[in-house]
Amino acid sequence: MSKKVIEVFNLTKKFGNFTAVDRISFDVKEGEIFGFLGANGAGKTTAMQMLCGISMPTAGEGTVAGYDIIKENERIKRNIGYMSQKFSLYEDLKVWENIRLFGGIYGLSDKTIAEKTNELLKQLDFEQERNTLVKYLPLGWKQKLAFSVAIFHEPRIVFLDEPTGGVDPAMRRQFWEMIYDAADRGITVFVTTHYMDEAEYCNRVSIMVDGRIDALDTPAELRRRFSADSMDEVFRQLARKAKRGDQ
Amino acid sequence: MIEVKDLHKSYGRQGKVNALNSISFTVDDGEIFGVIGPDGAGKSSLFRILASLILPDSGSAIMNGHDVVKDYRKIRQIIGYMPGRFSLYQDLSVEENLVFFATLFNTTVEENYHLIKDIYQQIEPFKKRRAGALSGGMKQKLALSCALIHKPEILILDEPTTGVDPVSRKEFWDMLGRLKEQGITILVSTAYMDEASRCDRIALIREGEFIGSDTPQGIIDDYPEILWAVEGTGMSALLGELRAHDKVKSSFAFGDKIHITVEKSLQTEELKRYLANKKFNDVRIAPIAPTVEDCFMALTS
Amino acid sequence: MKQFIAFVKKEFRHIIRDNRTLLIILGMPVVEILLFGFAVNMEVQNIRVAVYDPTPDAFTTGIAERIRQNSYFNYRGSVQTMDEMEESMRKGELDLAVVFQQNFQEELVHSGEADVQLLSNSSDPNRGSIAATYATAIIAGFQREQTDLIQIPFQIQTENRMIYNPLMKSSYMFVPGIMGLVLMIICTIMTSVSIVREKERGTMEVLLASPLKQGTMIFAKTIPYMVISFIDFVIILLLSYFVLDVPVNGSLLLLFFVAILYITLTLSYGLTVSTLVDKQVNAVIFSAITAMIPVLMLSGMIFPVDNMPGALQALSAIVPARWFIEAVRKVMIQGLGVTIAWKEMLVLTGMTLFLLGVTIMKTKKRLE
Repeated sequence: MSKKVIEVFNLTKKFGNFTAVDRISFDVKEGEIFGFLGANGAGKTTAMQMLCGISMPTAGEGTVAGYDIIKENERIKRNIGYMSQKFSLYEDLKVWENIRLFGGIYGLSDKTIAEKTNELLKQLDFEQERNTLVKYLPLGWKQKLAFSVAIFHEPRIVFLDEPTGGVDPAMRRQFWEMIYDAADRGITVFVTTHYMDEAEYCNRVSIMVDGRIDALDTPAELRRRFSADSMDEVFRQLARKAKRGDQ
Repeated sequence: MIEVKDLHKSYGRQGKVNALNSISFTVDDGEIFGVIGPDGAGKSSLFRILASLILPDSGSAIMNGHDVVKDYRKIRQIIGYMPGRFSLYQDLSVEENLVFFATLFNTTVEENYHLIKDIYQQIEPFKKRRAGALSGGMKQKLALSCALIHKPEILILDEPTTGVDPVSRKEFWDMLGRLKEQGITILVSTAYMDEASRCDRIALIREGEFIGSDTPQGIIDDYPEILWAVEGTGMSALLGELRAHDKVKSSFAFGDKIHITVEKSLQTEELKRYLANKKFNDVRIAPIAPTVEDCFMALTS
Repeated sequence: MKQFIAFVKKEFRHIIRDNRTLLIILGMPVVEILLFGFAVNMEVQNIRVAVYDPTPDAFTTGIAERIRQNSYFNYRGSVQTMDEMEESMRKGELDLAVVFQQNFQEELVHSGEADVQLLSNSSDPNRGSIAATYATAIIAGFQREQTDLIQIPFQIQTENRMIYNPLMKSSYMFVPGIMGLVLMIICTIMTSVSIVREKERGTMEVLLASPLKQGTMIFAKTIPYMVISFIDFVIILLLSYFVLDVPVNGSLLLLFFVAILYITLTLSYGLTVSTLVDKQVNAVIFSAITAMIPVLMLSGMIFPVDNMPGALQALSAIVPARWFIEAVRKVMIQGLGVTIAWKEMLVLTGMTLFLLGVTIMKTKKRLE
């Protein structure tokens, strides 16, 4: 049994009368790829913000990377990586400048950054793009680079918010292969997606409905329990119960 | 009827970025035509040209008899256009947005209510709410209502389902199906390959070019490879072993299975033995019919 | 027409729902007027004063002595001739001159009335007018004492005259300036931002894809700002009249006409800006640099145009606010009619037509 890197208990967030996240409890093991699914408005983003230490829970408790999400949120930020479809890299900076910047933000030394930059560009087969402005990269390349930058400082957990939206099919799979590599190196991956085939690639999947986690298990077990052929069907069965609808 | 002939469009200094390269297609009345491809493939540029919002460098596009360049005023009366980004007034209420767009098109909500009733009823309980406070799925429905309120002959929807969860996406496509029954021609783009089956005909687009255009079944029938699905435990390692086999041309994860294309000479039993040697004993291998996504990958590899 | 009304309605909704901006655009004229009216009129000290007294007597020396003893004044003695006094004033050595009439005491005792002139150097209008106010107060105090003492009713007439900058009581000067500034800010910045916002948020795309004509949209955009800026204009006018005692000497109708002319001009400029930029931030920066700073520096609001070096004077000729301020001064303060202010009004009209022309040429019917 490997170590738990995320443990939350009855985590709740209310905005006025509205309970965005309603007493969710779960844990994520080290090196696990954890899929965090839910319909629009189910509370995924809010929950993720609490885990990343940028939103204070209304109630409940938990630890991320060993730090308390209420008292030690600044420490959490130093031990996680984050990327989303909306924001990942600075478009008007060059590839190496982005890497340099994010390395610097996480306090890596110049020497380490220089060494790791070369290594990273080589791995991605990006050496020729070192001086290219990020905005000129195709979306798939951009997302791969963004992921590499998000784990550049070897965080214990990386949070990925719809990382593959709009990316072409082959690139999407290459992206997931990078996720597997990271997980093999012991980095825990916490990922949201609207592609249900990608839910299958996760070790375990949770599905949020109306602010609660209605199901949490391996994809195979979820399919078995809901007598479904695919995760898509599992998702539909659960989301159909939603009362909140779109909030 | 939409007739697009040899459209070209490039951006940037000296036309560096080729957004569209020789695009031609036709869409029949009352058809749902899907343009499917990843972000940045040129879908938005194409739709903007058809909505008379940008000019093509060359080529022509005729929509129900009107040229998108010369007759742009007429075009703007007969189309309903929904841009990729949510483009309604966030500080106006649901109802105010709808009434505004109705007036903009010289009509009233009452006149065409039957057309949007299905969709609008789902958001009507929130009609006093500001559009900015709606969730993704609801914004989508409001935007569609606004694009439909003047009873357009042609509906142009640029990535209406991006960022929308699978259930809302399915609902959205159901709505499009009902609009088609009303005789509206629908041009829709998406990056989700699994939505292809909801279209009458599709075009696969990549880097500004159509790499295939047919009915979804036609695209699938034209699939040139032999496709097998491999199932087993330890996907990551399995993927590695499959790629190492010299008769396996490509292998990619597809949900809980791995789709591989293979040389004609390879037999399933042979591959099974190979994998068993590598300690994968519970592997199941079966030939399968390709999905549009398989086709897209075969066409782009 | 229905489209037009719907659009105007929508614009009003945007404005009304943006509470903070609404507060700024309605509060700005109030704050500016009060700021300039009170904060800028700070206490003035060390007023250099001289006395011209052709026939010294008990009363004149009494008044002169009081001024000499007052801590606000720096008494420079008496001058022998008017010429001498004017010379020192031109050199800027004096802020104020107290000029007694001949045979002051005699006049006062016999006719019950005598005149004293306060000549203030209004090259610094603020200082000059405050100096005159102080001196008036001292003379009035002296008069009260004397009345109590000798029980004869008499009157010392003080007459304030500004020289070298006639009519430039500082509030007279800055009220038209504030009108010019506030209208410029509201019309230019707000109009350009409201159009550019549609581009930035993507709503322009939908508007363009509709049968709405560009001209209708642009015209409808300007209506709410025209209304609001007119309200602002009236607020400034009321505040200056009732709080700062700035008179409206000329025709109110003509004044409103000048205001509408200027509002139209600044709206046109806002439209021009909106055709040049694509981001709200840029619209604000561009408007601020090209509209606000020239109003402050070159319009004559703070620094009189006549005192500027030749090159800046020439540059000020293309600043719309300069012509507006000039026209408002003529119409509102000096009470002159259209026969005198026609030149300024003509310039404003010409500028408006030019900007509208540029806007029409630059307005696109497509996205690029």
